[in-house]
Amino acid sequence: MVTSTGPITRRDVRAVTERTRRPRRRGPMIAAYVILSLGALLMVFPFIWMLLSSFKDAREVLSPGIWPSRFTLTNYIEVVTRTSFPRWFLNSLIVATATTASVLLLCSLVGYVLARLRFPGKNLIFILILSTLMIPTEMLVIPWYVISSRFDWINTYWGLIFPGLIPGFGVFLMRQFFQTVPRDLFDAGRIDGVSEPGLFFRIGLPLVGPGLAALGIFSFIGNWNAYLWPLIAGQAPSMRTVPVGISLFSGEAGAAWHLIMASSSLAIVPVLIVFVLLQRQIIEGVVLTGIKG
Amino acid sequence: MTSSTSRRRRGFSLAQRETAWAYTFLALPIFFFIAVRFWPAIQSFRLSLYTWHVNPDQRRFIGLDYYREMFGNPIFHQALKNTLLYALVTVPISIALGLGIAVLLQSIARGRGLFRAIYFAPYITPAVAVAWVWGWMYNQNFGLFNRLIIEWWDFAERIGAEWLIVQPQAFLRNPDTALYAVAAVIIWQQLGFQVVIFLAGLQGIPRSYYEAAKIDGADGWQLFRHITLPLLNPVMVFAVIITSITVLQLFDQIVNINFTDQGGPLNRTLSLALYMFNEAFGRARVGYAAAITVVLFLIILTITLIQLRVTQRRFEY
Repeated sequence: MVTSTGPITRRDVRAVTERTRRPRRRGPMIAAYVILSLGALLMVFPFIWMLLSSFKDAREVLSPGIWPSRFTLTNYIEVVTRTSFPRWFLNSLIVATATTASVLLLCSLVGYVLARLRFPGKNLIFILILSTLMIPTEMLVIPWYVISSRFDWINTYWGLIFPGLIPGFGVFLMRQFFQTVPRDLFDAGRIDGVSEPGLFFRIGLPLVGPGLAALGIFSFIGNWNAYLWPLIAGQAPSMRTVPVGISLFSGEAGAAWHLIMASSSLAIVPVLIVFVLLQRQIIEGVVLTGIKG
Repeated sequence: MTSSTSRRRRGFSLAQRETAWAYTFLALPIFFFIAVRFWPAIQSFRLSLYTWHVNPDQRRFIGLDYYREMFGNPIFHQALKNTLLYALVTVPISIALGLGIAVLLQSIARGRGLFRAIYFAPYITPAVAVAWVWGWMYNQNFGLFNRLIIEWWDFAERIGAEWLIVQPQAFLRNPDTALYAVAAVIIWQQLGFQVVIFLAGLQGIPRSYYEAAKIDGADGWQLFRHITLPLLNPVMVFAVIITSITVLQLFDQIVNINFTDQGGPLNRTLSLALYMFNEAFGRARVGYAAAITVVLFLIILTITLIQLRVTQRRFEY
């Protein structure tokens, strides 16, 4: 690639870069801010537009102009009273929480076993679990539906929850994290007479906190937003999750855009609030799975 | 304590004991992976070879008939073409934009975290609700985009620049533009993911590489072309695989963005996932729908294998 022609010391390098970098960077940096700000505006605008529309009344939502002449909460009141939104919210909460609890426990257990125990068949099991990542959900929903109908799991919480109990992705992520924990720690624990479950719960788990945080957040958001399987397995009005409820309600509402925007806001805003609160962990989680993976 | 005494008493070796524990821990997860992943996947292959009946004894073996029917069906062709087109449009554009934004973010001194969060937010919001919001913005009569176009029209007329006038668009109702209108939503939602992983990739490139190249007189474009791009290759491959797999399974957005004419107009936005859903759950053609998912699986498998080959290629810097 690039070859240096003379002997250059580290001090020379620093001197040259200090001299050239500072003054040259001002102009491009302002341009970068301008472009980034315009892009950011495009990214947030749909959210702003949604919120502003949700506060307009049925007539004003159709008129030009972005800012509502009068902010009204009637759309929200109508959505909540006309639908079972609180129930959908509760359903989503139950499904996402139960799934996440299972994912955290089982994925970390399998990840630990695959990363830190020695036993025959380990690589084969790991490869088989990884290969499940290539199976699209679409291919699984028909058999899941057949099983669920046979056992009467349709329109039950168990029916909504069972497909997501141990995602292969979570196993992969937790295995990566457990590989950063030194093996000696577990061997030392064994010598001190810690039981095998104790090695996992008392030594392993406390050391993979960031991994658990990332996995927990992903699992919760993923299940909160899930649509295809809940649409198949939970269409009964009392068993809908938020996305299914919003989707079917908006479909019925026809052209009542003020109500649709209010219901969309009810689905999106809680996720945005969680995102603002946990922003750092979420983004670091993406980075960890992306780069380490 | 109990474990060490039992080990001595029963005379198991350490290795045997560890194996026993490993499989004890793995028993339930292995059962789960078989029951909820492998068995259903194999079941889908099998269902695609039989006529459908609730009672397994009543299903009749028909071989590849559904596949033959499928490849002769113009709606399947349309859905397949649309699905591949979604990937071909959204993957390169979201990656190029994401990389560009990540490079800009890397160059600024303050506010990087804030910008990164703003770009990332759409990625985690529920696709269902997002699709309804975009559907409203695209609305032919009252949507935001056509309002802006009309404002622009007025403005162009006022300054007497007739050639600047843009006609209002039907967007989702026009068979020629509908797919691209949906693709824009996908790009908007996927962009933040690319920004985040490319930014992390950029931060992993040692500054000294750039400094050394600058001393040798490399300009900005050369730095990007010969240092940034090659070193970002693993991240790029990862982004392509993940985004392709996501986009090939497109469903939530398409169902909701045009709810009264899902997959329309004229099936121009129909994806394989939605086609499968309609056949299986709308028309109870379960075997045929299973055949569609097998094709989807084979496409994803092929892409993953090709891209794994690419990752394993060695690069010299």
